[in-house]
Amino acid sequence: MRKCSLNSLNAVFEKLANDSALYMPVDGDKGADYKKWEMGDELSSALNTNRSAKDFFFPQTENLMEFKVSGKEIEVIDTRDEKEDFVVFGVRACDAKSFDILDTVFLSEPCDSYYANRREHATIVTLACTRPSETCFCNVFGIDATKPTGDVTCWKTADDMYFEANNEKGKAFIEKIADLTEECDSKAVEEQQAKTKEILKKLPLADLKTEKFGKDKTAEFFDAPEWRELSTSCLGCGTCTYVCPTCQCYDIKDYDTGHGVIRFRCWDSCMYSEFTKMAHGNNRLSQLERFRQRFMHKLVYYPTNNDGVFGCVGCGRCLAKCPISMNIVKVMKALGGNDGE
Amino acid sequence: MNNRSEVLIPKVGVITDIRIDTPDVKTFRVVTPDGKKAFDHMPGQCAMLSIPAVGEAMFSITSSPTNTEYMEFSIKKCGCVTEWLHQAQVGQQITIRGPYGKPFPVKEVFEGKDLLFVAGGIGLAPLRSVINYCRHYRDKYGKIDIVYGSRSKEDLVDYAEIITEWMEEDGINVHLTIDREQECWDGHVGFVPNYVKELNFDTNKTVIICGPPIMIKFTLEGLMSLGYDKTQVYTTMELRMKCGVGKCGRCNIGSKYVCKDGPVFRCDELELLPSEY
Repeated sequence: MRKCSLNSLNAVFEKLANDSALYMPVDGDKGADYKKWEMGDELSSALNTNRSAKDFFFPQTENLMEFKVSGKEIEVIDTRDEKEDFVVFGVRACDAKSFDILDTVFLSEPCDSYYANRREHATIVTLACTRPSETCFCNVFGIDATKPTGDVTCWKTADDMYFEANNEKGKAFIEKIADLTEECDSKAVEEQQAKTKEILKKLPLADLKTEKFGKDKTAEFFDAPEWRELSTSCLGCGTCTYVCPTCQCYDIKDYDTGHGVIRFRCWDSCMYSEFTKMAHGNNRLSQLERFRQRFMHKLVYYPTNNDGVFGCVGCGRCLAKCPISMNIVKVMKALGGNDGE
Repeated sequence: MNNRSEVLIPKVGVITDIRIDTPDVKTFRVVTPDGKKAFDHMPGQCAMLSIPAVGEAMFSITSSPTNTEYMEFSIKKCGCVTEWLHQAQVGQQITIRGPYGKPFPVKEVFEGKDLLFVAGGIGLAPLRSVINYCRHYRDKYGKIDIVYGSRSKEDLVDYAEIITEWMEEDGINVHLTIDREQECWDGHVGFVPNYVKELNFDTNKTVIICGPPIMIKFTLEGLMSLGYDKTQVYTTMELRMKCGVGKCGRCNIGSKYVCKDGPVFRCDELELLPSEY
């Protein structure tokens, strides 16, 4: 394990930013969001960013290819370029886990080259949580907020930033900032972890139960009467899917620039009425069906296909952002995740 | 970057022939610009066709894999992409990618069996691929019965091929029906599900069925009343798709993605899925 004093953290960032693009949470008017680091920017002390870190690998919109059309003829132009290396600093444990979930979708055969390219060029530097909030429930899904995954894990104490590499990519990162850091023991980190763990235990959502959900539970929950009341107020705005680090549904659209046609992909949402609309009909006509799809996917369908791993990381963004205060926690409780509540 | 393969990037295809099948169905012949088949497929698999700036949509490949020269798509005019295709001329280029989905188990399951095909309207399009595949390897398959119905005589897709080839072949029985009485039609009149029941088939057949959901539902009920089991019946599904490879989330039903786990399902497998298709 290595460390540097917080006073010299900017020197570390400067060194990193000289080598490759460096992104980290920076405070803005409406809270923290990832930003490309420039001299003068300070690492946010906020618990998490408004938008999740999925944007780095699965951006909200991205161009896939272009077409030149002349008369009856079409030329397909592969516009993909090899990405450059970049570092994402300060990723929380929940978002770090979301990458594993996105990987199962985009890196499974046939591999999505757009996602894979960004993923390969990124170094993920995670930052342990010290002040988890009342909307946090990552522990429910077996995530350790005091030791997030990623290529490198960092811990920020009152005076120092600690670094530990988790793989070869992480070792290369540590090597890069070796001059600015010193070898150290992990005592301060362990003390901090113990303190944070005490807070995690006392969080209001710490005892949310997941046992009832998971693999092959479709029949148990699909026709549950609770879906009606849960979905009644849903506006179908899709905010939950946009802020969700694991939602990955997308649309593919064409845009005629006047000089050619750009085919792009953009985030889509199973909460939207047109998501499944076909020329001859729509298989999910009501908001109840669409609402159910989103939560069944995270709690049952995804686990069925992925050895019981849930499609939620407990980041709590949907709890904070839903305009009608509906969220996965309420769904889990209503469907029997917490008996007696 | 160009050394990474990417399924979302299509090939160029050329429409080399357009056949008018019914007032709203045309069959398009497609090859690559150098005159070859765009890719190999198995019966029941699909391809994504697109016209830049119009859209991309999934279609079943109606030609048999045994056709080594070109692919055919029988397409009903019902949305943006299909309307555009219907006004296209021979020589028009489009884009094509695929093949997508799990095919009908023509070797693993169908070989050696008597087959009963049941189709309604444009539902014949995916089955035509299987029928012509089985005709090509005729010795490997038993008796073939085909029940095909549509609204009217004019709405029967591939009518010429049915009359001149399928009906003429030994061991193939074609049973055509139309919904209402019509002049110059001395064949059967009535809905497909009822006709299937009337024909009272032996229950030893493997059934392959495609058509409007309501037709599939009632035909299945009819088959069950004849003594069939759902494990003998295969169908192919249609849902909105964008990627074709199980990532965009659109065709997700339960833990299945119709584009990659389907579109072909055995009816007892379908029953395990939530009823939202």
